[in-house]
Amino acid sequence: MTQPVLSLNNLKAGYGQTEILHDLSIYVNPNEIVAIIGPNGAGKSTAMKSVLGLLNIREGSVVLNGEDITDTPAQKVIEKGISYVPQTNNVFVNLSVQENLEMGAWTRPNGVEARIAEMYELFPDLAEKRNQAAGSLSGGQRQMVAMAKALMVDAKILLLDEPTAGLSPKYRGEIFSTIQKIKNTGVPILIVEQNAKQALGVSDRGYVLVDGANRHTGTGEELANDPEIARMFLGGGH
Amino acid sequence: MWDAFGFEFVNFYLIPGLVLGCIYALGAIGITLTFGILRFANFAHGEIMMSGAYLTYTVMAIVAGAGLSLHPLVAMVPAAFMVILLFLGTDRYFYKPFRKEDTIKVVMASFGMMLIIRSAVQVIWGPNQIAFVPGIAKPNAWLQSFTGDLGAMIIMPNKHLFIFAGTVIIVIALGYLLNRTRIGKAMRAVSDSPDLAHVTGINVDKVINATWIVGGICATAAGVFLVMDTQTLETTMGFRMLLPMFAAAILGGIGKPYGAVFGGLVIGLAEELSAYPWIGDAPLLSPGYKTGVAFAIMVIMLIVRPQGLFKGRSF
Ligand SMILES: Nc1ncnc2c1ncn2[C@@H]1O[C@H](COP(=O)(O)OP(=O)(O)OP(=O)(O)O)[C@@H](O)[C@H]1O
Ligand SMILES: [Mg+2]
Repeated sequence: MTQPVLSLNNLKAGYGQTEILHDLSIYVNPNEIVAIIGPNGAGKSTAMKSVLGLLNIREGSVVLNGEDITDTPAQKVIEKGISYVPQTNNVFVNLSVQENLEMGAWTRPNGVEARIAEMYELFPDLAEKRNQAAGSLSGGQRQMVAMAKALMVDAKILLLDEPTAGLSPKYRGEIFSTIQKIKNTGVPILIVEQNAKQALGVSDRGYVLVDGANRHTGTGEELANDPEIARMFLGGGH
Repeated sequence: MWDAFGFEFVNFYLIPGLVLGCIYALGAIGITLTFGILRFANFAHGEIMMSGAYLTYTVMAIVAGAGLSLHPLVAMVPAAFMVILLFLGTDRYFYKPFRKEDTIKVVMASFGMMLIIRSAVQVIWGPNQIAFVPGIAKPNAWLQSFTGDLGAMIIMPNKHLFIFAGTVIIVIALGYLLNRTRIGKAMRAVSDSPDLAHVTGINVDKVINATWIVGGICATAAGVFLVMDTQTLETTMGFRMLLPMFAAAILGGIGKPYGAVFGGLVIGLAEELSAYPWIGDAPLLSPGYKTGVAFAIMVIMLIVRPQGLFKGRSF
């Protein structure tokens, strides 16, 4: 049996006193893209934040490559190789694209220049915008800055919280194909998505989260073809 | 033209306005950085400035006791070190414990620090005025004769030249720090979004310390420039500077260091120029109302454009 890169085991967690995640278990294996889908307020973003040590974990554990990292502060978690793109507010708007990437490399000991060059190859649109303030870019370009910034560390896993929310179909397609490319470089990805159909299409496995607990899990294909899930999230006629 | 109008205007209003503006600007830099990065209005900032001036005076007095004399700009260096330690110490023991609490608590803590520091200075140096540099400052003779030959005589004492030069150097160095160095960029990043900085792995504590260091250097310079200008030390000087410095920070846009510099110059000039006899022979505004000018600008700004001229954070 392969060891998962990242696993959340029977988490009970919340903000302060309120418990949001009641019994959540998720794992990501090497070379996998795993999607989390679910209604608004289900606790999808909260699940990701629990990995970063941003909330109060009451029970359960977070394990990275066999090492228990429950309640480790964010800076340490990132040093250990988890990179995270928050749902909103995920670029430094007053910093240039280049400076955003430099900040992403804060915990990277060396090879920053080379890594930045690699990111400009992965996101060619950004190369010509390198001296522009990130706040002046379009939503799709910003999302690319956010992803590139997160990838500045040698990521063992990438956490993406709704990378395509509010984007045009063109950018959505571009982001999903970039996600495939990132996976092909050997970085597994855990992704939260509203665009459930497209997300499940690129995912190896998926979880449906409702009220802070797993409701369904299966391969991307199984979930996409499940009539109940189709009715809940994927829209009737499609 | 110069004799009838320019001489008086430039030498007695414009230059003093710019001098005052430089002092406000340096003080406002620290206030705006603290607000941007630590997210609170530091009421103790004026007192920190004031203690920087007293420490500089003490360094000069000690050296004078040994029969040597030290220029304030040199004596300022060890004083700035002590001010930085004071900043880091107050942060560690008085502000940091409130970091995760409501902002009002740390603001009140800074208000308490303001009273503590002022009282401590009064205990150590006494409550009375102290002469910083005795005597009347003579205008720079070279500048006077050079500009006099050109038909526009400028009478400006050396102390003002030092204040201008010092301010320009500090502002250029600050620009370099914020735009070219890793820690400076991180300061801008934290100012932009502390939460994102946190999940980016940026060492926010280190950035906060850097902020106190930069603020401490600027505050010391502002305090020393002020006493170089007025030639007297007073324990209330920091408090008097607080309002115009906040006005400058708000005018420039909270969290924007260049805005603070610009705001400082505008407030300094506005205060001095408000006493110019624009209409008739009497001062437009009696000099006693000078501080009211900064207050008025601050209030108008908060109503009309709370984000400031340079689009800072609004309250
Ligand atoms: N910082 C916070 N403090 C307190 N409660 C919060 C906080 N953030 C989120 N919550 C609550 O936690 C619950 C789950 O929120 P979460 O953001 O995880 O949902 P989500 O599944 O990501 O939803 P969406 O699809 O809208 O992004 C919600 O009820 C929300 O109100
Ligand atoms: Mg969410």
